[in-house]
Amino acid sequence: MVSFGGWEMPVQYTGIIEEHRAVRTRAGLFDVSHMGEVDLVGSGARPFVQRLVTNDLGRLAVSQARYTPMCTPGGGIIDDLLVYALGADHLMLVVNAANTAEDLAWIREHGPENVRVTDRTDEIALLALQGPRAQEILLRLTTAPLDAIRYYWFLDGVEVAGRRALVSRTGYTGEDGFEIYVDAGHAVHVWGALLEAGGGAGILPAGLGARDTLRLEAGILLHGNDMDKTITPLEVGLGWTVKLGKGEFIGAQALQRQQREGLGRCLVGFTLRERAIARHGFPILRDGKPVGQVTSGSFGPTVENSIGLGFVPPAYAEPGQQIAVEIRGRAVQGAVAKLPFYKRGTGGA
Amino acid sequence: MYPKELRYSKEHEWAKVEGTRVRVGITQFAADRLSDVVYVELPKVGAEVTFMESFGVVESVKAVSDLYAPVTGKVVEINDGLTEKPEVINTDPYGQAWMIVVEPRDLSELSKLLDADAYMALIGEQRS
Repeated sequence: MVSFGGWEMPVQYTGIIEEHRAVRTRAGLFDVSHMGEVDLVGSGARPFVQRLVTNDLGRLAVSQARYTPMCTPGGGIIDDLLVYALGADHLMLVVNAANTAEDLAWIREHGPENVRVTDRTDEIALLALQGPRAQEILLRLTTAPLDAIRYYWFLDGVEVAGRRALVSRTGYTGEDGFEIYVDAGHAVHVWGALLEAGGGAGILPAGLGARDTLRLEAGILLHGNDMDKTITPLEVGLGWTVKLGKGEFIGAQALQRQQREGLGRCLVGFTLRERAIARHGFPILRDGKPVGQVTSGSFGPTVENSIGLGFVPPAYAEPGQQIAVEIRGRAVQGAVAKLPFYKRGTGGA
Repeated sequence: MYPKELRYSKEHEWAKVEGTRVRVGITQFAADRLSDVVYVELPKVGAEVTFMESFGVVESVKAVSDLYAPVTGKVVEINDGLTEKPEVINTDPYGQAWMIVVEPRDLSELSKLLDADAYMALIGEQRS
C-alpha cells in the first residue's frame, strides 16, 4: 500500500505485469474511489463550466461525458477532468485525487451564485472494469443495455449487482471498459460481485502500478507527472481539447497567443533501445546535450519495450528523431515514437 | 526458499562457492520485494568488485536497486541471458538468474556473510 493524494492505495495485488496483461487480454478491476467527484447544480451550471474548462460543452448531451483540461488564466493546466452531463442543469466533474481540494477552491472561487457546488468525493466510490471481456462480465450483474452505451456516454440509475449505479464507457487503460460509480457504502458489495462474476473470464484486481503502465502504453497523460500549472494543453498534445472558437473561457487569451506564436517545447513519446527505465525528471539528450526532461517512463509489458513521455524542443518532436535519455550517468539511445505506443486490436501480448 | 549451501548478504545477495570461484545472485526475498524485474545492469568481465559495494543495478517497474558484491575480487563471468530474460530473477533466483561469477581475492571473506538460518531471521524481522 502507498499513500496517494491522501488515500491508501494498493500498488499491486498479484504483480504489476500480470495485472497489466489481464487488462489487455481479459479484464481487470480497479478501485479508483480516490478520484474526486464535484456536483454542480443550477441554471448557471453549464455556462459556468463552459467558462471554466477549455473543451466545448455546447453540444454535450445529457448522458454524455467529455474529457477536458481546466486552466489558469495563463493557460497552465490546473487539472484534467471528465464532465458528466447528469441533467440539463446538473453536471458532475470527476477530478484527480491529488487536486480535488485545489480544484474545489478554484471552482468555488469562480462559481456564480446560481450554481450549487458540492464535494461528493467521500459519498461516491468508483470502480473501473477494464479489458476486452469487461462488457461480458458486467452483463452478468445488470439488465442495463450496455451495448447501447457508446464511448464517452453513460447510463445513470441502473442496477449493478442489485445496487444503484452510474455506468460510463470510459477508462484510463486504452481498453474497452466501464467506470462504475456507486454509493461508497455499496462499493465492497459491488467489488466482490464483479470479481465473482468475472472469475470464469479470468478477471484480476489491479492496482496503481498496472494503471500507470496501461495508461502510458495508451499514450494517456497523468496530471502531476506529464502536466501541471506551468504547462499548457497545447504543449502536451491536448490541442484537440482546446476550443478557441467556443467563446470566452479561462486561459483562452494565453492559449490563443501561444498558438499564434508557436511552442517552445512539445511532449512526445519515446522508446529506448535497452530496457532500462527512463524515470520522471531524467534528462533527454540530443547529440549528447540535454534538451529536455522525461515526465513519465516505464517498461511497457505489452509493447515489451522501455517507453516514456517527455519534453523536447519542437525541432526534435517528429517520430523517428534520435534522442537519448541519461540514466544513472549513461546515455541510453532511443527515438521519438508516435503515440499511442499501444492501440487496441493491434496485437501485443 | 533459502538453500542451506548458500551464504547470504544483509543486502539480499547470495553467494555460492564453486571450487575457487563464487557465483552471485539475489535472493527470493529481494526478487519478491522488487517484483517484475525488467532490467539488469551488470559489470563487464574483468571488472573488479568490492565487498558490499555496488556492482550493478536491478530494476523493476516499481523501483531501482543496487546490487552489492558479497565478496571482493575479479568478475570472470556474467550472465548475458538476463538482458533478454530478466524475469527469471523472479522465477528462478538461485538457478537461471545467477548474475556474476567472481574470482575472490580472499575466500575467507565469505565468513562475514550469513548462513541460511541467520538470513531467514534477518528477513523475518524485515517482513514484520
